[in-house]
Amino acid sequence: MMTRQAMFDWAIGAAVIVAMAIFGLYNESGPVRDGIIRFCAIGLYAMSLNVLVGYTGMLSFGHAMFFSLGAYAFCLLLQTGVVGIPSAFVLTVVIAALLSTLVGLVCVRLTRLFFAFITLAIGMLFYSTIVAWASLTGGEQGLTGGIPKDPFFGIDLGDPFHYLMVNVLLFVVSILILRRILSSPFGAALRMVRDNPNRCIFLGINIFRVRLTAFIIAGVYASLGGVLMALYVSGAYPNFAYWTMSGDGLFMIMLGGVNVFLGPAVGAGILLALETVTKTYTSHHGFVLGVVILVTAMGLKRGLLEYVLEKLGAIRGGQGGALDGKASMPAHAVEVGHEATESVSLARTGREQE
Amino acid sequence: MDPIALWDCMSSPSCVVTQGAAGLISGFTLFLVAAGLTLIFGVLNFVNFVHGAFYMFGAYFAYTAYGLTGSYLLAVLTGAIGVGILGALFEIGFVKRLYEADHLLQILVCYAFILIFDDVVSWIWGVEFLAMGMPDAFRMPPLFIFGGVVPPFYIVLIATAAAIAILMALVLRYTRYGKIIRALASNADMISALGINTRLIYISVFALGTLLAGTAGALAAPVRSLSSGMGFTILIESFIVTVIGGMGSVAGALVSALLIGLVRSFGSVGFPLFAEGLIFILMIAVLILRPQGLFGRSIREA
Repeated sequence: MMTRQAMFDWAIGAAVIVAMAIFGLYNESGPVRDGIIRFCAIGLYAMSLNVLVGYTGMLSFGHAMFFSLGAYAFCLLLQTGVVGIPSAFVLTVVIAALLSTLVGLVCVRLTRLFFAFITLAIGMLFYSTIVAWASLTGGEQGLTGGIPKDPFFGIDLGDPFHYLMVNVLLFVVSILILRRILSSPFGAALRMVRDNPNRCIFLGINIFRVRLTAFIIAGVYASLGGVLMALYVSGAYPNFAYWTMSGDGLFMIMLGGVNVFLGPAVGAGILLALETVTKTYTSHHGFVLGVVILVTAMGLKRGLLEYVLEKLGAIRGGQGGALDGKASMPAHAVEVGHEATESVSLARTGREQE
Repeated sequence: MDPIALWDCMSSPSCVVTQGAAGLISGFTLFLVAAGLTLIFGVLNFVNFVHGAFYMFGAYFAYTAYGLTGSYLLAVLTGAIGVGILGALFEIGFVKRLYEADHLLQILVCYAFILIFDDVVSWIWGVEFLAMGMPDAFRMPPLFIFGGVVPPFYIVLIATAAAIAILMALVLRYTRYGKIIRALASNADMISALGINTRLIYISVFALGTLLAGTAGALAAPVRSLSSGMGFTILIESFIVTVIGGMGSVAGALVSALLIGLVRSFGSVGFPLFAEGLIFILMIAVLILRPQGLFGRSIREA
């Protein structure tokens, strides 16, 4: 059973895949192609962080930990030579889920700034461990030596077309699943934990469990981004885990917009494009980047996609997802229309006060 | 990993003195930076992620002033006052618009300024590492205490930083200005209702906080290599200090800054690659067991 929204989403996803396939058939190499592949990795990472920041209101400063975990675990598993790419992929996801559960159990009890600090500390501890444990991870030099890319299920990652499509497929399917998760009742619970924790308690929602689940989902999704990045650079490097990577993630989601489903991906795209352009034309890319963020943050006071959609009238004042119109309101919300409207308006006043 | 080396060091007085002195100077430098950070947070409730950049500017201003005048005293004064003025301008231009904004926006704007300031520094002073060099006045043979090597400059630095710490505590506790600041931290509306110009106080507190960071940068310039990324490291460390000591507590900042300086200094003997890791473990332990920090109350206790 699919709602209209879900069908619409899958149709867009299919269109993107077809478009990319056509592009891939005529493009064997080039900067645009590389950009798309990097975008898939970084975009997934940014989307995953927004599950915490935008949807659940948890400002994580150590999210790079899971991105680098994905890259390192995937590389290390493949370098053992025992497992193939599919099993290494599944194992990486399992490891990411385990670690994010463990870290989440410690972190999600703390709220607001303290949550930001403890995630920063644990993320940096992870970074220090990578650097210090040189026998396993290659230390500061990074995990080099390449990764074996044996063909699996008739897919050969050495083939440029196959490789591009694996990236695009993984990205699109993951995003669609994430979309499904976030528009489910669980997704609504996330937003309620963000906007009104007290109401959650009245309704019998276990805030701790909701936060922990969000943390695990975000961790697993970030590790998927890490896997794609590891494939792209054929290795893993400690700067994947450094706090600036976590900072970049926050920056991307702000750039695109935290209150729009696809905002983070748009932000990731803008950041990648900006970096490529400024690094090509000027040696002062930090300055240019800084000014762009400043203008976005202080001028628009919201992300770019959010701003554009608001101007177009597609969303009203920062609630709901990119494609959320009235038509996509979940059936159960329509049935109890009055109460739903009330909670939406409550939520909105909550946001405005922030 | 070499715990035996650490044990050997701990059982030899000369090694304890040498490492202890190194730990104390980085601890006191860190304290000055973190004290500014915690002051700004405690009074203005603003998490100043740009704070590391002011430390960096302090060091670079001192470098230039020292190159022009050859006087370390003038260099430190230039670094401190120059950064204080910069801080005041920064508050007037940008920070005042951010007090009401949410943390994410504050952090993002600060992040933008970190990028901009780092780039400005590499524009003006170049991308190479710079060394200010030891001022002539301190070029003398090191002291030997229990066989440990202690350069005289270390003692000057520690004494200066300690004097600033004491001065700051006295100002906060006994002067009218200090009382207003402490009152502002607990109830800004009331202070404003009493006819005190809170805008002016906000600017001065921000300037004072950045001045402390600039002083630290200028004081430590002779023993640090200057680079456009130097603010990053000290920023993270001073956040750890404020978290361990308690946000807004100046006394806590002193204790935890010294603690971190010593942990780093001795840790680098036993665990050269993992000295940072030890500090983060310390921070995690504090956050789990006592999230408000060891001295976590508010600026009133300073």
